[in-house]
Amino acid sequence: MAISTVDIAVARRPSLRARISELLDREEWLGPIFVSPALVLLLLLVAYPFCMALYFSVSNAFIGRPSHLIGLRNFINLWQSDAFRQTFQNAFVFCGAAVAAKLVLGISLALLLDQQLWFKRLIRGAVLLPWVIPTALSTLGWWWMFNSLYSVVNWTGLALGIMDPPGPNWLGQKYYAMAAVIIVNIWRGLPFFAITILAGLVAIPKELYEAAEADGAGPVARFWYVTLPLLKGVLAIVVLFSTIFTFSEFNIVFVLTHGGPINSTHLFATLARQVGLETGRIGEGAAISLYLFPVLMIVVWAQLRFVRKQAY
Amino acid sequence: MNRRKLTHKILMHVLLVPFLVFAVFPFYHMTLTSLKQNKELYDRTANPLVIRQGPTIDHYTKLLWDTSFLVWTKNSLLVTVLATTLSLVIGTVAAYALARLKFFAVGSLGTAIFVTYLVPTSLLFLPLAQVVNWLGLGDSKWALVVTYPTFLVPFCTWLLMGYFRTVPKEVEECAMVDGATRIQALWRIVLPITVPGLVCAALFAFTLSWNEFIYALTFTSSSEQITASVGVTSELIRGDIYYWGSLMAGAVLASVPIVVLYVFFLDYYVSGLTAGAIK
Repeated sequence: MAISTVDIAVARRPSLRARISELLDREEWLGPIFVSPALVLLLLLVAYPFCMALYFSVSNAFIGRPSHLIGLRNFINLWQSDAFRQTFQNAFVFCGAAVAAKLVLGISLALLLDQQLWFKRLIRGAVLLPWVIPTALSTLGWWWMFNSLYSVVNWTGLALGIMDPPGPNWLGQKYYAMAAVIIVNIWRGLPFFAITILAGLVAIPKELYEAAEADGAGPVARFWYVTLPLLKGVLAIVVLFSTIFTFSEFNIVFVLTHGGPINSTHLFATLARQVGLETGRIGEGAAISLYLFPVLMIVVWAQLRFVRKQAY
Repeated sequence: MNRRKLTHKILMHVLLVPFLVFAVFPFYHMTLTSLKQNKELYDRTANPLVIRQGPTIDHYTKLLWDTSFLVWTKNSLLVTVLATTLSLVIGTVAAYALARLKFFAVGSLGTAIFVTYLVPTSLLFLPLAQVVNWLGLGDSKWALVVTYPTFLVPFCTWLLMGYFRTVPKEVEECAMVDGATRIQALWRIVLPITVPGLVCAALFAFTLSWNEFIYALTFTSSSEQITASVGVTSELIRGDIYYWGSLMAGAVLASVPIVVLYVFFLDYYVSGLTAGAIK
């Protein structure tokens, strides 16, 4: 008996190690092992909080108090509050204007960057800079540029004679504040549009332009019938990406206007923070955040149709 | 070069000027403000575009010695380095598995990672704050080390999947025929080939976590725990009196690490930016 147990133990030790390494060599084992850290992390810190957000949104959760289910009352209350209705409208104005401007300016800038240029690297570096610097900090710079007393924007406008003294109080007036927030978002998002569209432009075969030119197409016709159709895929992806991140913008509004004046620049994320953390009504805050979800769904659905097609 | 071509080239540069001014001016103005003496800074008749009365580093010395700026920067650095390393390791193995191996539900896992890549941080910060409290990490920079990978891992995975797909399968198979295990083949053969991808992912992860704001603002609040961007935007603004010089000095200094990386690795940023969206 004793001898045979020892025999088995001796025989098993190397075979266990061999079996583990054999398992690690098999794709159906190694795959799940390699994916599991990412999966655990995302289940614990993305999927689970998302379920909590769903629960909070149908409860009267308040910081430091037990909560009860109250059905859809948060959503109904929100629709009855002026601040939320204003925010809802702001989100579409902000996102629509910023994405449209970034698209048009992004295509223009990409076309310019695609030309023969001196100092190509330096120019690209300068164009990409706003995207690299921490948004919260660069927005501080814009905050100073829009300052009511010392605004360099107004100083320049007055010096050039395109503004009437004293110039607009950018962050204190409703429409100007929204314009300011949109301008900073365009400034920050333009590099992503320009550089990605440029990559799309470079990928278009030069022969197509030569062929179009031989057929007598001018620059406008070449752009319209060659460039734009071939850029459609890239443009769709860039716009979808930008839509979700513009819609959920937080940093710029938080630093520049805090949602003011009188909620005229609040977006879902900033209002959610104000309601959920500053006044403690987490349930209502979570309900506000969830308004980002339908947009996310649409973008994900569209992205999967475009991106999956390319990747797999 | 003929005349028409040269005119065209010059015209293109002229058209680029407004874009370049728009992109760079805020940084110019921030730096300028941080170097101005107060009496010129708050003189409304002075030209704000230049320094006339001599530069000063007073705002910088004030920032470094009278505030906790150095502590915040140290926190930023710690959080960023740890979160980047963690995410890169988790992301690399996940990306390799998703791009190369055949196993149960590999396709839907890849999709799930991509979907989380699109989830904006501002959607989940409220419930995540509760999770952070339950983990006992309320008002601690460690909360950021744990939560930043939620957006860094999907990004790194997605980016690296693209790079792993470009490595020919044969390279790996050769090594395995010669007796290497799959892990050895990955470590010795595949990873060295994908170094550009790893550098790119590391740079982006570093930049994204250095720039992160909403989680840092929500999960940390005391001066010993906050990161540089939160410190500069919240602690340097007290009441209604703004110290614009120091504020701009803080914004400039806290951007320096990223700008340094950026200057050295510009091409990686360009390729990563496009790969992240297109691949």
